[in-house]
Amino acid sequence: MKITSLPIHFLAVISFLLCGTLLNAQEHSVAEANDEGPVNTQQEITDYTNHHLKDSHDFHLFSYQGSDGERHSFGFSLPVILWASNGPVAFMSSEFHHDIDGGVVVEKGGSRFVNLHDKIYELEDGAEEIVMGEDHHPVNAHKPFDLSITKSVFGILLVGLLLLFWFGSLGKQYKKKNIPTGFGRALEPLVIYVRDEIARPNIGEHKYRKYMSFLLTVFFFIWVSNLLGMTPFGFNITGQIAVTVCLALFTFFIVQFSGNKDYWKHIFWMPDVPVIMKIILIPIEVLGMLTKPFSLLIRLFANITAGHVVVMGLIALMITLKAQFGAVGSTGLSLVLTLFISVIEILVAFLQAFIFTMLSALFIGMAVAEHDHHHEHDEEGHEVDDVEDVRESFV
Amino acid sequence: MDQLLNDFSPGLFVMQAVILIILILLMKKFAWKPILSSLDEREQGIQGALEAAEKARLEMKNLQADNEKALQEARAERDAMLKEAREIRTKMIAEAEGDAKAQADKIITQAQEAIAAEKRAAVAELKGQVAELSLEIAEKVVKQELSDKEKQQQYVDKMLQDATLN
Repeated sequence: MKITSLPIHFLAVISFLLCGTLLNAQEHSVAEANDEGPVNTQQEITDYTNHHLKDSHDFHLFSYQGSDGERHSFGFSLPVILWASNGPVAFMSSEFHHDIDGGVVVEKGGSRFVNLHDKIYELEDGAEEIVMGEDHHPVNAHKPFDLSITKSVFGILLVGLLLLFWFGSLGKQYKKKNIPTGFGRALEPLVIYVRDEIARPNIGEHKYRKYMSFLLTVFFFIWVSNLLGMTPFGFNITGQIAVTVCLALFTFFIVQFSGNKDYWKHIFWMPDVPVIMKIILIPIEVLGMLTKPFSLLIRLFANITAGHVVVMGLIALMITLKAQFGAVGSTGLSLVLTLFISVIEILVAFLQAFIFTMLSALFIGMAVAEHDHHHEHDEEGHEVDDVEDVRESFV
Repeated sequence: MDQLLNDFSPGLFVMQAVILIILILLMKKFAWKPILSSLDEREQGIQGALEAAEKARLEMKNLQADNEKALQEARAERDAMLKEAREIRTKMIAEAEGDAKAQADKIITQAQEAIAAEKRAAVAELKGQVAELSLEIAEKVVKQELSDKEKQQQYVDKMLQDATLN
């Protein structure tokens, strides 16, 4: 039992760490955009990169030129779930036949749908095909509410299941033994790290416990998502602005709901400053409430997007530098540089998860902090460490 | 910015929010709660063990201090006993010396007294003998004187020569 379960854990980790760096090159060099043949020109490379950065309705791994001259695509389609004008509609994305230019019209539930740049549009009544306006937006179609299991949603579910499996089995281990074995031994220090280095010093010894579930889940969710983005499956979960907006909004609401009297007082009626300053500070502090989570969502999104763009750009070197260095030279250069950047990206994957969790904990800590500087005393008369002091000692 | 807003997918946002909430709840129930409580338990256990070890160490120290104290007491007692013994010994020697001296003095005094008594007795006896001898000589001289003057003289000399004071 133990012998079989161990290699699975091991494989999962190894595939995360190695495949991302080594196989990325293989995937993207073979693959091409929209099944229109190999990527060769600068424009095609840019299009391909942009296509990768966006969410997708099918899970496309690679395509190849068959012996019959046809292009075969390897991957699988994902369900499309829409809330259209005539109620909910669901079908498989294969009905679009990998088309993302709005050419294939799918008729379901009394509505017509097209897939334009991986966004599903619902055609207005009577329209036979999509008509583009001057501003490159369709004029006779609108976006229905799209609850599809897209590639990113699939990735999110995958990450969720992985986390549940890993940490669920770690949690189960404690019933039988005090010290975890196997993969749990690697996970436990990470949990302790989040608790002791992120939550405790930032939120404070007495209040951190309540926020541990959120912080731990978000930390590992972002980290595993980032690492999954390094694999050749081509996930880009944390590079989706909707995902980072969602994560940052969670932090925002948790901060606002845990804010104590002091927190709101410091926003709307700053103590120890003249009245005129209090009034000037109100809009600034209110803006500060919003900029904190905004910086969180932009930082995560931008870092991951930039990482993916750089990796794909370096992989594309084997095409763009082929004329100057020859096939072997450009491929070798691309491989070395991609390997180098991928190692950095692995670091960034952790760093971004750490920073997001760290700042979330910091914002929560600021909201629950006791701002008055007379120290509390507990029953024995010892000074209770103020959150501010803890943070000072930490910094 | 326009590109960002266009890329923002409300559907993905809703899916992420729902999945994240469910994930947090599931993780809390199946992972974080058991993990964190076990970690706390273990840390408390370690803390307890450390405290117990510290306590044992202190007890050991106390015990050692007690031993040391007992040892010191024993040593002091021994020293006191030795000192006492030495004192007794000195005292006994001194006493014995005193006794012996007194005895000797007494014996000497007695001897001196005996000598003095002997001497007195001897002198008295001598006196008696001298008196007796004088009388005898005087008698014989008187007797001789009557017969021969010269002979008398000789006789007296002879007598005197014989009369050695013994």
